[in-house]
Amino acid sequence: MLEIQELTKTYATSGGGTQAIAQLDFSVEESEFVSVVGPSGCGKTTLLKCISGLMRPSGGRAQLHGREIDGPPEELAIVFQNYGQSLFPWLTVRKNVRLPLRRKRRAQEADAAVEEALAAVGLASFGEHYPWQLSGGMQQRVAIARALAYRPSILLLDEPFASVDAQTRTDLEDLVLQVRRAFGVTVLLVTHDIDEAVYMSDRIVILSKQPSTVIETLAVELPNPRDQIATKELAEFAHLRAHVYRAIMRAHEPVPV
Amino acid sequence: MSARAGRLGLEVGVTALIFAAIWLFTTSSDSYLVVALPDMLSRFREVWLFDRVGSDLVPSLVRMTYGYVTAVVVGVVVGVAIGLMPLLRALTHPLISFMRAVPPIALLPPAIIVLGLGNSMRVFIIAFVCVWPVLLNAADGTAELNKTLTDTARVYGLSIGQRLRFVILPAASPRIFAGMRTSLSFAVLLLVTSEWIASTNGVGSFLIQAQQTFRITDMWAAIILLGLLGYSLNQVFSLVERRVLRWHLRSTATSA
Repeated sequence: MLEIQELTKTYATSGGGTQAIAQLDFSVEESEFVSVVGPSGCGKTTLLKCISGLMRPSGGRAQLHGREIDGPPEELAIVFQNYGQSLFPWLTVRKNVRLPLRRKRRAQEADAAVEEALAAVGLASFGEHYPWQLSGGMQQRVAIARALAYRPSILLLDEPFASVDAQTRTDLEDLVLQVRRAFGVTVLLVTHDIDEAVYMSDRIVILSKQPSTVIETLAVELPNPRDQIATKELAEFAHLRAHVYRAIMRAHEPVPV
Repeated sequence: MSARAGRLGLEVGVTALIFAAIWLFTTSSDSYLVVALPDMLSRFREVWLFDRVGSDLVPSLVRMTYGYVTAVVVGVVVGVAIGLMPLLRALTHPLISFMRAVPPIALLPPAIIVLGLGNSMRVFIIAFVCVWPVLLNAADGTAELNKTLTDTARVYGLSIGQRLRFVILPAASPRIFAGMRTSLSFAVLLLVTSEWIASTNGVGSFLIQAQQTFRITDMWAAIILLGLLGYSLNQVFSLVERRVLRWHLRSTATSA
């Protein structure tokens, strides 16, 4: 449902241009959970900005449901790493989740969607709090609730758990897997955490160093539902993890286009 | 005794001491320019409680309010527009820098020529000077809006109206309020300046006429009133600001 074809992105700089993305080709199928990993600075965030329509690619195409992405598509929601700057501090949790729905649906439906989303992330009793009254993990849950209430076909996650502590991270990982099962949404996760990518995904796309290309796409064949302890105990988990790590180490040499 | 009560006691005590010192100094001086503090206060009571409130204080306040409110509305609207459009900002920057640098009193002659000697001239002076702090703060506050905030608004498809109402204005409001506070102190200042020439009513007019006819005690009574006015307006402003920006004060206090 999401097609990336020969995507390139060059930033104009005073010295000429910085090519962030050399060429990316991959796709995401309906209901899949795909992770994008790669060395730091390889253009993962740039890729996400192109897919979410916040930035226009220099070349190539990104298509969602067969339609070219030209500006943020309506069926797409995104959860940013920096929840402190993504949630609106002047609105309560409930109003934050409600705001994107103003245009999309009628009042009663919207209210119901908000309550459902808050309950799904475990924040049903925190609707009247303000984001800054909550811990980092809870704030990110509000951001997830907001994305869920929006009922997107595809959910983008931009290193969503990089700013929370390790224990909260595992809770949030499981939460995302859970709501994905419950709401049936397609997910594209950008992360630098390889364990996270292997744990959560159906497929992993590995990028090279900047200017990035796709080095490898690998399928993650681990049993579902995933479990933080049981799944990570499996030999297959260790193999996959090692495989991705090695690919990324090799990726420190840019791949010639 | 808690630290807070101690500090409060100190503030009150020091103020009382200064008050007593002024009292002593002014009652024992022989110069005709130095009016005894008790005389100033009784004259203040005679004039402003409530003899000339209707004839002078009210007209001044009305003009000041018109001028200030106009300045805030224009400042916010134009400021936000400039903040959103870098091209507009580049185009208007030289003109704005020039206009805000003109000393208020130098505006009186052209304002009188164009608008005459009536209320519209006075309101204009107040508005013209008060607009710049609000405008520039609104422009800066809007231009400095965090990228993630605006990205979020775009991804979730908020219309321009929704963005203004729910994202841009709230995010820029701390800066805007800072500009409004500066403008408020200008407004009190200009209340007097605008009444400097050929005015028939107003606190500033009362002040300048008292000075010109050597009614020194009246002059001091007007100055005390102006001081109290500035102080009370500031207190009211702080109350309003604390209420409107509650989210900002509490969130910046709790952030690490």
